[in-house]
Amino acid sequence: MSDTTLVHPRTEAAPGPTRRAVAWKGWLGLILPVMLAILLEIGVSAGWLEGRFTPPPSKIAATLHELVESGEWFRHGLATGWRVALGFLFGAGAGILLGTLSGALPLIRRLIDPTIQALRAVPSIAWVPLFILWFGIFETSKITLIAVGVFFPVYLGVLGAVLSIDRKVIEVGRVFRLSKLETGRRILLPATLPALVTSLRAGLGLGWMFVVAAEIMGASEGLGFLLVDGQQVGRSDLIVAAILSFALLGFLTDALLAAATRPYLRWRDDLSTTEKN
Amino acid sequence: MLKLDSVSRTFPGGQEALRNIALELAQGEIVAMVGGSGCGKTTLLRLVAGLDAPSTGLIELDGAELHEPSADVGIIFQEPRLLPWLSVADNIGFGIAHLPRAEREARVSRALLRIGLAGFEKRWPRELSGGQAQRVAIARALVTQPKVLLLDEPFSALDAFTRASLHEHLLALWETDRVSLLIVTHDVDEAVTLADRIVVMQPKPGRIFTEIRVDLPRPRDRRSDAFHEVSRRVLDALDGSLSEGQSKPASGVSETAAFWW
Repeated sequence: MSDTTLVHPRTEAAPGPTRRAVAWKGWLGLILPVMLAILLEIGVSAGWLEGRFTPPPSKIAATLHELVESGEWFRHGLATGWRVALGFLFGAGAGILLGTLSGALPLIRRLIDPTIQALRAVPSIAWVPLFILWFGIFETSKITLIAVGVFFPVYLGVLGAVLSIDRKVIEVGRVFRLSKLETGRRILLPATLPALVTSLRAGLGLGWMFVVAAEIMGASEGLGFLLVDGQQVGRSDLIVAAILSFALLGFLTDALLAAATRPYLRWRDDLSTTEKN
Repeated sequence: MLKLDSVSRTFPGGQEALRNIALELAQGEIVAMVGGSGCGKTTLLRLVAGLDAPSTGLIELDGAELHEPSADVGIIFQEPRLLPWLSVADNIGFGIAHLPRAEREARVSRALLRIGLAGFEKRWPRELSGGQAQRVAIARALVTQPKVLLLDEPFSALDAFTRASLHEHLLALWETDRVSLLIVTHDVDEAVTLADRIVVMQPKPGRIFTEIRVDLPRPRDRRSDAFHEVSRRVLDALDGSLSEGQSKPASGVSETAAFWW
């Protein structure tokens, strides 16, 4: 009894300070970038740094503002976003389809998996000359490159998820006499969904990576074009503005994907759900 | 009602799991199967559930041969095997998705009430204790209104107190539904508490060694002499099932009785 009276006040008091401490510590990460920005700003205005190579934050903000004002930002952003969207659609679609087939049917797996694993060893950028030769220098080759980048993580994720479905859960479906189609819809799909979402997010990240590669190699519009343009005309502020735009769009699309799928993943018994409940 | 006629099962590797099993279950009867490991108890249940097929022999339910999962046969596994992405209510209603919504909901809420989990509809399986999860699994198997319910060591992972309470739950459900129960267990007390008849199996290959009737009135008092007498007979039979062909121990509880598994 004396034990409980001793322990009780301590456990009561614990959450308060800890939570406040955590909230406060969350801001610690901002110190470094803000300090850097301020130093850069001061350094350039004091003449210690050359603004042409190290653009001060105010200059980058002005460039971004100008791009948005003139509508250029939307034109380039849309071109890039459209390429990523199409590439993601084709790459993820193929990844899901082949990953599922390969996971569910051993014969298909033996047929196609070794080839896919071998192709995976090729750095995707190495395909570029071939794609340009095949599909020309315009959209098709770019979208193909992005789709190839998206394909592999999605294929691997889906294949792994299908292979790791618990036999015991499938048996529950058999006991209740589900048809093949029903087993797919009511057991395989929900069981693989967490891994599918993870692999889609990984694929989307790679999609943004490959769109940069595709646009650097030759494009007349797109955020990657802004990068090259900035380099050619010697405007580092334009380059950094494009980099920030990539970061923003990549972050937003990833957050969108995560938010869209979160309602279907609330059942999970892991850290992602337990820390919030 | 349920009838197994000279059922054998030899696995592709040549391992003989069951040899010549003959067993009948009457309507509403509770039969427990006990036996050492490797005596094919689980294999037998999987055959009846239609998850596996006998190598030879017949399994019949009401005269019709069983060779695939049937709506009349439910099974409860050692683990609850709830689907983690479905709420408790949706898990219970999993096997009756084809019924009209109103009927389905009525059956599910009645089942929740009967297993003492009313108000748990919206919970996720991860929020349940082991005993609660196994009760949900029982409800899921019973809402389809099977004629035979198979239980494969369903309470072995639970502590003694939870297990005793689940025995009561199961018997209460059985009293209203009068479904036949075929329960595999390695817990002699559990067999004596639940069963009308205890089938003692013999391992390698799995065969039926002997049958012991349990004529004790329900509810059964685990501390009564009559209960102990039946338990002792089952333990003796288990002893005999393991040592037959070797040196046969004298009657009475031998020291190995406690270690038969």
